[in-house]
Amino acid sequence: MRKTIGLTGDGAAAEAMRQIDPDVVAAYPITPQTEIVERFAEFVAEGSVRTELVAVESEHSAMSACCGSSAAGARTITCTSSQGLALMHEVLYIAAGNRHPIVLINVNRTLSAPINIHNDQSDSLGSRDCGWIQLYCEGAQEVYDTVIQAVRIAEDPAVLLPVMVCLDGFVVSHNVEPINVLDDQEVKDFVGEFRPAYSLLDTENPVCLGNLTLPEYFFEHKYSQAYALEQSKGVIESVDQEFGAKFGRSYGIVEGYRLEDAEIAIVTLGSMVGTARAVTDELRSQGVKAGVLKIRCYRPFPIDEVVAALKNIKAAAVMEKALSPGAPGPAVFSDVLGALYHKGVHVNLISYVAGLGGRDVPARSIRRVYEHLEKIASSGRVDRILNYLDLRGWQ
Amino acid sequence: MASLRELSQKEVLFTGGHRLCAGCPAPIVVKQALLAAPRAPIIVQPTCCLEISSAVFPYTAWKTPYYHNAFENAAAVASGIEAAVKALKKRGKLDAGKDYYIICIGGDGGTYDIGFQALSGMLERGHRVLYICYDNGAYMNTGIQRSGATPYGAWTTTSHVGEAQKGKQQHRKDLAWIAAAHGAYVANASLHNWRDFMRKVEKALNYEGSSFINIQAPCPRGWRFPENMTVEIARLGTETCFYPLFEVEDRGQKWVINYTPKNKLPITEYLKPQGRFAHFFQKDNEYLIEEFQAEVDRRWEHLQRLAKMSAE
Ligand SMILES: Cc1ncc(C[n+]2csc(CCOP(=O)(O)OP(=O)(O)O)c2C)c(N)n1
Repeated sequence: MRKTIGLTGDGAAAEAMRQIDPDVVAAYPITPQTEIVERFAEFVAEGSVRTELVAVESEHSAMSACCGSSAAGARTITCTSSQGLALMHEVLYIAAGNRHPIVLINVNRTLSAPINIHNDQSDSLGSRDCGWIQLYCEGAQEVYDTVIQAVRIAEDPAVLLPVMVCLDGFVVSHNVEPINVLDDQEVKDFVGEFRPAYSLLDTENPVCLGNLTLPEYFFEHKYSQAYALEQSKGVIESVDQEFGAKFGRSYGIVEGYRLEDAEIAIVTLGSMVGTARAVTDELRSQGVKAGVLKIRCYRPFPIDEVVAALKNIKAAAVMEKALSPGAPGPAVFSDVLGALYHKGVHVNLISYVAGLGGRDVPARSIRRVYEHLEKIASSGRVDRILNYLDLRGWQ
Repeated sequence: MASLRELSQKEVLFTGGHRLCAGCPAPIVVKQALLAAPRAPIIVQPTCCLEISSAVFPYTAWKTPYYHNAFENAAAVASGIEAAVKALKKRGKLDAGKDYYIICIGGDGGTYDIGFQALSGMLERGHRVLYICYDNGAYMNTGIQRSGATPYGAWTTTSHVGEAQKGKQQHRKDLAWIAAAHGAYVANASLHNWRDFMRKVEKALNYEGSSFINIQAPCPRGWRFPENMTVEIARLGTETCFYPLFEVEDRGQKWVINYTPKNKLPITEYLKPQGRFAHFFQKDNEYLIEEFQAEVDRRWEHLQRLAKMSAE
């Protein structure tokens, strides 16, 4: 039976994991993800899942064990944050390169140093080139729904790539929201059985995996992997649509909010989308033609969708919670800019880095971003491309 | 254990055509281990000489399932495979009555050093996996650098012999001892004694938990001896008690020495044929031999004490 209950983002992720009842979970605790692995360990102890939980000795081993389990033909999920994702970094590439359909729930937290347990998106944005699908969630309901969708996306025979589901630490992971939880059976039916194309355990039909691959073949292997990631967009879309048709909630690859006739727009991902929506509503009531573009699917980057959404905008700001020190611009900004160039579309585009290390990104600050965009829209001139929101001493 | 006649008729699940050096100990170890397995095992390898030479795309020398992931994580990868076996058996997707044998085969670098944490985690959690370390006492794949398993005084490309320093400054890490402290089935073996090694592999594979076998694997390139002496050097390692054959059972409580030389040879017999110890025999360097011998004696006596204690 479907029901609506109060859950945190972490609780919603754990609940989805319980209903998926994966074969293997290998995970390690780290704030603000810990609640997921703790809650899941309770499910194991009470017997509400049949999962083998491998309480590994590090995140590097968590991702390594996930690779082994996935290669053995087991449906495999893990979760982490921040330093944990950084420690996995080496094996993230391997999971994608070996085409293991692992699902990883990443509760976004900044990276040391200085050490800080709070939210920003440096961890997963820093892993953007690992070859994983990355989906960013705005709230806890979306986390719940996306974790379920992620299993189907990863295991689709046309995809066979690992999927990272990202949610902002504390802002989403620790706030209680009313969550519509599906019936256990509905989730089981939706995710279906994992039917791996091969298994390491099939000793009659042995496979050799992880070969040394020299220059003669390496490039083609990597391209076919990158091609699969590009092509996965269609599957991400269709799984989301099927989910929507069955359960009444879908999110799209990107979502434009009040963009149809907008003149200025904020492009962002994760929990900042929600605040930007509220500010947009307020500005709209004052006659300002503001809008929001939410990027839910960040890898593969939805070039067509982003450009289609922004092409008539006079000025847009990409807001993200991560720095790319020394780069011409931070990651998401650079990707949006690249997408516009692909299509030969010019939009006055600026960047706002915000909320590093858990600094709050309140509505009044987002309002200032819109004010900046209004100035650019009316003058037709970009005064400054790289901007830092609420950074003391910066002017 | 199978007789020699039976073994000669068994298919070896590792073929020729790999790219390992002449005289390399790794394929000898692999062949013995595979022959000892009751049925085709799942092989997991960290990055090392054996891995980069036996599975070069689009070829493979392995006729059994094989997985290489990274350098420091073979034990963790194997833990995941073993968890998958349990999970799939629980769900009826695998025959619950069938045994799946998972064997990690790693070099000493991927075992003693960078893979030490993953190994410890696997042993502590008790996954039913056999980890075999083919101990060639250095990072051979990257060109003979020192490892935690390199013996005292040995020349390597990161422990040179010069005016200020004479080879590696530290003694070997005693990994079997550490592994035994985890409560796993642990054994030391040597490739010259195939019967002893194969018996241990068979025992480990039937053990309900983790096991660790360290096997002496002399490397002609790295140790600087002729390719036809691999087995002989291994024999000398054991006859001098530098590399004794023993096993540890009952969660680290029962230590058994499997072979005691009638006539314990002086360590010089082992050192002399190896170019990596050439400086031991130069003027004013006798202290290296003395120090090496003293450590061999200390460890051998310690082992004898442990064996005696557990026999009481
Ligand atoms: C994280 C990481 N560091 C370093 C390396 C380079 N590397 C590959 S194999 C190897 C040494 C392997 O030595 P060992 O485990 O003793 O096996 P051997 O080659 O001697 O058989 C090194 C240093 C690597 N692949 N990954």
